[in-house]
Amino acid sequence: MTTPLLTLTGVGKTFASGTRALEGLDLAVRPGEFVALLGPSGCGKSTALRVIAGLASPSEGTLAWDGCAGGEKPAPGRLGVVFQDPTLMPWASVSQNVRLPLALTHRTAGADERVAAALARVGLKSFADAYPRELSGGMRMRVAIARALVTEPALLLMDEPFAALDEITRFKLDNALLDIWATLGTTVVFVTHSVFEAVYLASRIVVMTPHPGRVAADIANDAPHPRDERFRTSAEFAARCRTVAAALADAMGEPPP
Amino acid sequence: MSPTVSRTVRRPEPPSARAANGLRDRPKLGEIAPRVLLPLTALGLGLAAWEAVVKVFALPPYELPAPSLVVETLIADRALLLGSLLVTLETAALGLALAFVGGTALAILFARSRLLEATLYPYAVILQVTPVVAVAPLLLLYLPQPLAVLACAWIVAFFPVLANTTLGLRSVDHGLVDLFDLYGASRRARLFRLELPAALPAMLAGLKIAGGLSLIGAVVAEIAAGSAGAGSGLAYRIAESGYRLNVPRMVAALLLLSLAGVVIQAGLSLVAWLTLRRWHESAIARER
Repeated sequence: MTTPLLTLTGVGKTFASGTRALEGLDLAVRPGEFVALLGPSGCGKSTALRVIAGLASPSEGTLAWDGCAGGEKPAPGRLGVVFQDPTLMPWASVSQNVRLPLALTHRTAGADERVAAALARVGLKSFADAYPRELSGGMRMRVAIARALVTEPALLLMDEPFAALDEITRFKLDNALLDIWATLGTTVVFVTHSVFEAVYLASRIVVMTPHPGRVAADIANDAPHPRDERFRTSAEFAARCRTVAAALADAMGEPPP
Repeated sequence: MSPTVSRTVRRPEPPSARAANGLRDRPKLGEIAPRVLLPLTALGLGLAAWEAVVKVFALPPYELPAPSLVVETLIADRALLLGSLLVTLETAALGLALAFVGGTALAILFARSRLLEATLYPYAVILQVTPVVAVAPLLLLYLPQPLAVLACAWIVAFFPVLANTTLGLRSVDHGLVDLFDLYGASRRARLFRLELPAALPAMLAGLKIAGGLSLIGAVVAEIAAGSAGAGSGLAYRIAESGYRLNVPRMVAALLLLSLAGVVIQAGLSLVAWLTLRRWHESAIARER
């Protein structure tokens, strides 16, 4: 088995308010995996993502990165994050938004080409000069994905990125994301509360318990690629969803559906 | 290609984006015409009535000068009045510019240090709430007259810039702050790429308020100085003409003062529009 890219050991997070968001979270993410963190709202999965991203510090436990000395964080740009909102700079054009990570991490060499390539990858080549407010919600999310990919990160973290979008747009972005994952081989950790989305996208589904969050089930999702609309309506998809939904209900202490 | 060049030679954006959001480039002529013509018609009618009243009742100019006489005075005294207009505009503009630089700098320091803000903010408020007309004589006592006038313009314009910029710097999207944290952004990059652009709409709103106030500050100080016998701004011309019962020149100077206010407001509105037109809700027209 390959060395994990990232290992969380006994990670806990308690907020100043006393809320215990995470407790004893153990998780190893291997290179090339597409891990879905699945759980109900408020189960601490977003907190887990923020801890991995280095935007929140764990109250206990450790994070170990492959290739980094103990306790050290990966260099800026090795991680890409897509938040729940696109969080674009409204005063900057699409290409300026996508260029931001390169500018902040001083990667000026070949920046124009990288920005163009990232935009092409999400199908927004002709919108480089548009401003965020001129785009639809789905297009803004594509810009956010292009921005996260522009530094060619080893790990892409996504926090319910498509939750606010309509179903048609969500399905399109699911497919675009699978395409990118297949082409670039980037490791992805994808937070979601949708069983269907987890089964459609992930190669591995980690089900989390609520209050406090810890791993309840770890399910390999080895349905073959490429996955497309036919997979989404197949009996196999339904069967896998049933298995995962049962694990989720179990994690929430409810009878299986 | 440098970023500046690519911006100036920007090709038109894809039409679908523009159409989808109902953006339009400029209001139609049919909508502008009434907004320009109606006030002008009202002005014409008002001036005609004024002229008629003066003629019919044969009022002497020191009681009420006819509009035609005001225009004549404006032309006859143009060298004197235009010189004064320039002095007043210059004072107001310089006061505004200093207030913009000082207010923005202090707001940035406030955003960096809560301690400094807690220490100094009360005094900024006191500076604002003390009527400038009462401060002017004291300033004239200690400072040479042109400097005292400038100080008055600066004092009243300073606070709106400070208050609005402080608010703007605090209103940065937390998601974007996370993003800048993620990429280990330097303080400098944060300030210039995130905080100042995010604060820009609030800063420009503050600047618009400050623009009107800086003119008031300059006028107040000129009036105060004028009574002391020196000065050459428009407000001084008004005071001086008042002593001489030269009412046509008073009205002519007042007219130019209004014009100065309009010029400042229009200039600042143009700056705000040019800066925000591509991205901020306040500067974008919607189609209904």
